[in-house]
Amino acid sequence: MRIGEHDWHLEALGKHIWRGRMEAGQLPALSRAVKEEGGQLIALWGSDDRQLGEGFAIHAAFLTGAGLAWISSALAADAPAYPDMAHIFPQADRMQRATFDLLGIVATDAVDDRKWLRHGAWPADGFPLRKDFDPNRPPTRDTDAYPFIRVEGDGVHEIPVGPIHAGTIEPGHFRFSIIGERVLKLEQRLGYTHKGTEKRFEGMDLATGAKFAGRVSGDSHSAYAWAYCMAVETATASQVPERAVWLRALFLEIERVANHLGDLGYLGNDVALSFGFMQFWRLKEDWLRLTAILFGHRYLFDCIVPGGVAKDIDDSGRAELALEADRIQAEVRSLKAIYDDHATLQDRFANTGIVKPDLAARLGLTGLAGRASAQAWDARAQFPQAPYDQLDVSMATQRLGDVLARAEVRFAEVYESLRLIRELLKRLPAGERCAPLAPVSTVCEGLGWVEGWRGEVVVAVRIGADGKLDRVHPHDPSWQNWPLLELGILGNIVPDFPLINKSFNLSYSGQDL
Amino acid sequence: MATHLILQKIFKTGFVSEPAPAANLALRTREQELHADILKVYGQAVAIRHVDAGSCNGCELEIHAINGPHYNIEGMGVKFVASPRHADLLLVTGPVSRNLEVALTRTYDATPEPKWVVAMGDCGCTGGMFGESYASCGKVSNVIPVDVEVPGCPPTPIALLQGILAAVSKGGKNIAP
Repeated sequence: MRIGEHDWHLEALGKHIWRGRMEAGQLPALSRAVKEEGGQLIALWGSDDRQLGEGFAIHAAFLTGAGLAWISSALAADAPAYPDMAHIFPQADRMQRATFDLLGIVATDAVDDRKWLRHGAWPADGFPLRKDFDPNRPPTRDTDAYPFIRVEGDGVHEIPVGPIHAGTIEPGHFRFSIIGERVLKLEQRLGYTHKGTEKRFEGMDLATGAKFAGRVSGDSHSAYAWAYCMAVETATASQVPERAVWLRALFLEIERVANHLGDLGYLGNDVALSFGFMQFWRLKEDWLRLTAILFGHRYLFDCIVPGGVAKDIDDSGRAELALEADRIQAEVRSLKAIYDDHATLQDRFANTGIVKPDLAARLGLTGLAGRASAQAWDARAQFPQAPYDQLDVSMATQRLGDVLARAEVRFAEVYESLRLIRELLKRLPAGERCAPLAPVSTVCEGLGWVEGWRGEVVVAVRIGADGKLDRVHPHDPSWQNWPLLELGILGNIVPDFPLINKSFNLSYSGQDL
Repeated sequence: MATHLILQKIFKTGFVSEPAPAANLALRTREQELHADILKVYGQAVAIRHVDAGSCNGCELEIHAINGPHYNIEGMGVKFVASPRHADLLLVTGPVSRNLEVALTRTYDATPEPKWVVAMGDCGCTGGMFGESYASCGKVSNVIPVDVEVPGCPPTPIALLQGILAAVSKGGKNIAP
């Protein structure tokens, strides 16, 4: 496959998914070629391959004009290192630091080499994702001395917030430097929910892995479970029944509608329109209850399994869900008319928390927040896996990149998801809902790529010869988007932070792992 | 005009709130001394501080849900507050990550006595799929004392409310409500 001038010898691994291996020294040249073409770096992670008779490896997933390219480079067993990628793709910065914390793989000449996921629970010379890491080693209780970048000068002061926040949200630390009410700088310190997710995957059987993948970030359960299963099915060269694939898309769209309804309610709440919160959460609750009646779980947990799906829908269920989709659509339209017409809400939403398109492109803003800043990427539209290749998904984009734009994208995506749900229900193919996986006899690998409600979820999987998981890396779009929240707040007033934060609604658990 | 549309929508929607569920006392794991005396003072009003100690954010979805109109929690005397210093009860989710262990302990210490702790979700009750590891302390009661455990992944809003009410209800462990 060509990217720029050069043929990088990539092979097809799946639909729109490419696989390549190269010397680590070539990664900067490849990155530049991807960047010049308008592509992005999506994910970066490492692995310990010494048990396979090799050293370590660094892996990267790039979004290119031809789809997603998964590139791996073998590294030495002693002092593994690869060239810094963050000077080309700034979103690599935190992923490189996390890769060092977990594996001791160094990004040579990186500007920022501070720790990221490691706080005080394990020592600087212990690397949990190395296979020889002793899991029984007693945890350290070092204090987390983290060198924040200080802003100095007359009248500047700091507001430290978190890790435990005032509302019902996940834990993380925000360090605001302000003058008066205006934010001069925001620096995030995340990693508080790091709970050893990737290590826990090691040695799991494939079915348990699907349940676990769905719990990387619970609000994106279906996106993760599907991406994981896609990876496992690619690795084992297993066929999934057509009906199962359509049901997976149904689950993913149900999940998207539920999350967008909740966010639209909270966005109203954050500008003191509690009416909006109550109305949207009424709709969300109705939606979740019907989901539980039809599929046995309000958030569809464990409905997607390797080889297919665990839950099916009958004709009366199809009719009921289609009817509910119509009702929700009408209700959302009436609420949107109120949001559109509400002077205070519009005043608070418009021109707040702006991320301009050029900045979004430079730093790799992705998913729904990216689409609100004119980053027109949606895997369902451009690189559709089945069944999206038969559904002609319409992508929602905005140019202004403010809170209002992110709300508008959510409204448009609710309507589009409801259309897709009706379409999926109408054209749902007959057949089995699950097929057994092909047996595993050698080491094999696969990658799944799903456009979740927040953005693209990528899961890379390597299965050992014993049929158990050897290495799983789940990637959340929040990795790329958190740094843009730091910039989107600049020049805004502190009281607008909750609103701006909610308009991104990023996952802590998904990036802390 | 928005006000007109809002009023129209409110009248058209009507009341959706449902009656409160009964406390599920079987979820109680320990009985504090002076429990009955405390309740004389509190009645059933309870101020809750939620602490995500490392959850996958699934449990948080249901904490948001009980704040919605179907559940009318303030009508039951249940209110979420912004600081542990204002709280009677800590609602803790997740396996406790080692990176959050200190913050959770400090939050517990900052909550005035008498106080209750409700551990929410399979992870909070047992460590769940994450278990104990180099990065996870496992269940909440490994780190702070717990009064009520509400299992589920995530527990439904009704189960969660039954657990919260169990913490602040009269009657001993395993006594039917």
